[in-house]
Amino acid sequence: MTEPSAPDATYVRRFSPVDVGLHAALMTSFLGLSLTGLPLLLSERPRAAVLARLMGGYGVTGTLHRGFALLMLATFGAHVARVLYRVYVRKETGLLWGPDSLVPQPRDVTEMLGHFRWFLGLGPRPRFGRFTYWEKFDYWAVFWGMGIIGGSGLLLWFPRFFSQVLPGWLFNVAFVIHGEEALLAMVFIFTVHFFNGHLRPEKFPMDTVIFTGRLPLAELRDERPAEYERMLRRGELPAAVAPAPTRQERRRGHVVGTIAVVLGLTMVVATLVALARS
Amino acid sequence: MTGARPTLAAGVFLLLLARPGAPRAAPADSDCLACHTPDLARADGRPLGQDLGGFAGSVHGQAGLSCVDCHADLAAVEEFPHAEDLAPAQCASCHAEAVEMHAASVHARPGASGAACADCHGAHEILPAKDAASRTYHLTLPQTCGRCHADETKMGTRAAVPALFADSIHGQALSRRGLVVAPNCATCHGSHAVHRAADAESPVHHARVAATCGNCHQGIRTEYDGSVHAAAVRDGKPGAACSDCHSAHGIKETLPAWRLEVARECGSCHEESIRTYRDGFHGQASTLGYTRVATCADCHGAHGILPDEDPRSRVAAANRVATCARCHPGANARFAAFDPHADPHDQTRSRPVYYTALFMKVLLAGVFAFFGIHTALWFPRSWKERRRHRGGPDAGREETRAEDDKA
Repeated sequence: MTEPSAPDATYVRRFSPVDVGLHAALMTSFLGLSLTGLPLLLSERPRAAVLARLMGGYGVTGTLHRGFALLMLATFGAHVARVLYRVYVRKETGLLWGPDSLVPQPRDVTEMLGHFRWFLGLGPRPRFGRFTYWEKFDYWAVFWGMGIIGGSGLLLWFPRFFSQVLPGWLFNVAFVIHGEEALLAMVFIFTVHFFNGHLRPEKFPMDTVIFTGRLPLAELRDERPAEYERMLRRGELPAAVAPAPTRQERRRGHVVGTIAVVLGLTMVVATLVALARS
Repeated sequence: MTGARPTLAAGVFLLLLARPGAPRAAPADSDCLACHTPDLARADGRPLGQDLGGFAGSVHGQAGLSCVDCHADLAAVEEFPHAEDLAPAQCASCHAEAVEMHAASVHARPGASGAACADCHGAHEILPAKDAASRTYHLTLPQTCGRCHADETKMGTRAAVPALFADSIHGQALSRRGLVVAPNCATCHGSHAVHRAADAESPVHHARVAATCGNCHQGIRTEYDGSVHAAAVRDGKPGAACSDCHSAHGIKETLPAWRLEVARECGSCHEESIRTYRDGFHGQASTLGYTRVATCADCHGAHGILPDEDPRSRVAAANRVATCARCHPGANARFAAFDPHADPHDQTRSRPVYYTALFMKVLLAGVFAFFGIHTALWFPRSWKERRRHRGGPDAGREETRAEDDKA
């Protein structure tokens, strides 16, 4: 019911198991950081202290926050190392430019404008390739976010160490950035990313591709025709065909995704209510 | 009780018989006690001899005072039974100074709105304050004051004061630890000369609170006297006295949890500072109940607090590193240049913070404006797409059925 195609349709691989694992680690750490950071961000609301107490009190949330931060930094480090390895050792230069690259390219602008025309019924749907402009935005937003939040977080975690070289006002700036960027990241992921990936009517209630790593061939053809044709042209399709996710695999994707969406939407509503009231 | 009347008449007769034609001397105690015994009652049933039993053991009884020493107007009365309306007992004949002080005090109001000598000290059974059974015994006095001051009909909302005091560190020291060196009501308010706090004579008047608390807390008082708060109070400017931060009656032990509360007291005057403090890490964490972060006094000091332009101040530029290092050992000058009261709205105080906050605001607004529009336009289109894919609303139902069959 929830998949556009029957479970026994032909599936192709979109994300490798490593991609799926990195996303899972990122998702876990992001949700954990949000939950444990939210009390501090909304400390002026009475329920912030309640939330902190639910997690064992402020001292515990602080420790958990640093733990999740380590997981996120490790994920970030693993991803960057992997990209460097693929580019420099395995010479996969396609990661830097072209259809397999997440680097923004002129066609992204064209596709974005075309997408807006299609929204308004003024043109056909753009023939998207492997990565769309909004997926690239998601990627770079998280990339920049991890650098900014991670960097400022480390500064605030080890102020004595960093103050050996950095000026004091930078810690004030780091504090503001850490909170505001976290707010941006949370609200963005829990609304825009969730909508794009999971909640928009075509995908509702869940696109499990990030959990199973596979999507129906028909979906690839319909939604990413440029990629489909490229694979066809280069004879890559047969190698990409993968066994359909089992019922359990898809159910696991649904459960994990639903937990993330519910947690995220709850936090975003709490945040927006708190901001509206303060 | 009505049967008492003939007995009373007989008593009066005997009394008159006992002194035939003698020159009029003041009635002796035995004369008074002939009628004022627990066995006799007035016509309306009120007993004549209530609470006289304690007199013999009382400080006055022990000193050999007789009835008419206090009930002075009876000394000259010749007709018995005497009139019911007598002047109050004359404490002043011996305790002139106390009575004079009382007469000028807030308690010297008539009737139930005031408190006369006997309301606090008792009447016939009166005991010296150092006697543990006395109503004015050091450990007992709060209950005695509470007889009126805990009464809502008399005191209104201020009737909560005795309970606050009872729970306070002072009240607990009296009631649980039995410390006679702990203050009771009279220690701070005075005993006979109790005045309203607004009255400049009162020992709890704002300008005199520090001196009063300092009677016991001498070391603290010395520290406080050098502070910016004390100087302001001396100059008649707004400044904090002891009770402004510690409260008056509900004074608590300065445990970690109390340190979080007291920030609120500081903030009741220093509004801007508490706002910027709450926006910073120390303030956010302490608001959540975390006691291991700095509150006001950790950086500024408590009793001897001085403004940052004073070179002796803990937050004076030259002392900041040492102040930070109290919690953050190894802090250096760059560390201490962190501003715990940075204000993202104040361009002059915190320029980098101001521009960072501004940049972040623009970034947030930009991102959400773009994706707000993006999503709002995409949603209806995506809805149409879903229906097209399913071949209309009915197609979805067929798919469901097909899947259900498989399951």
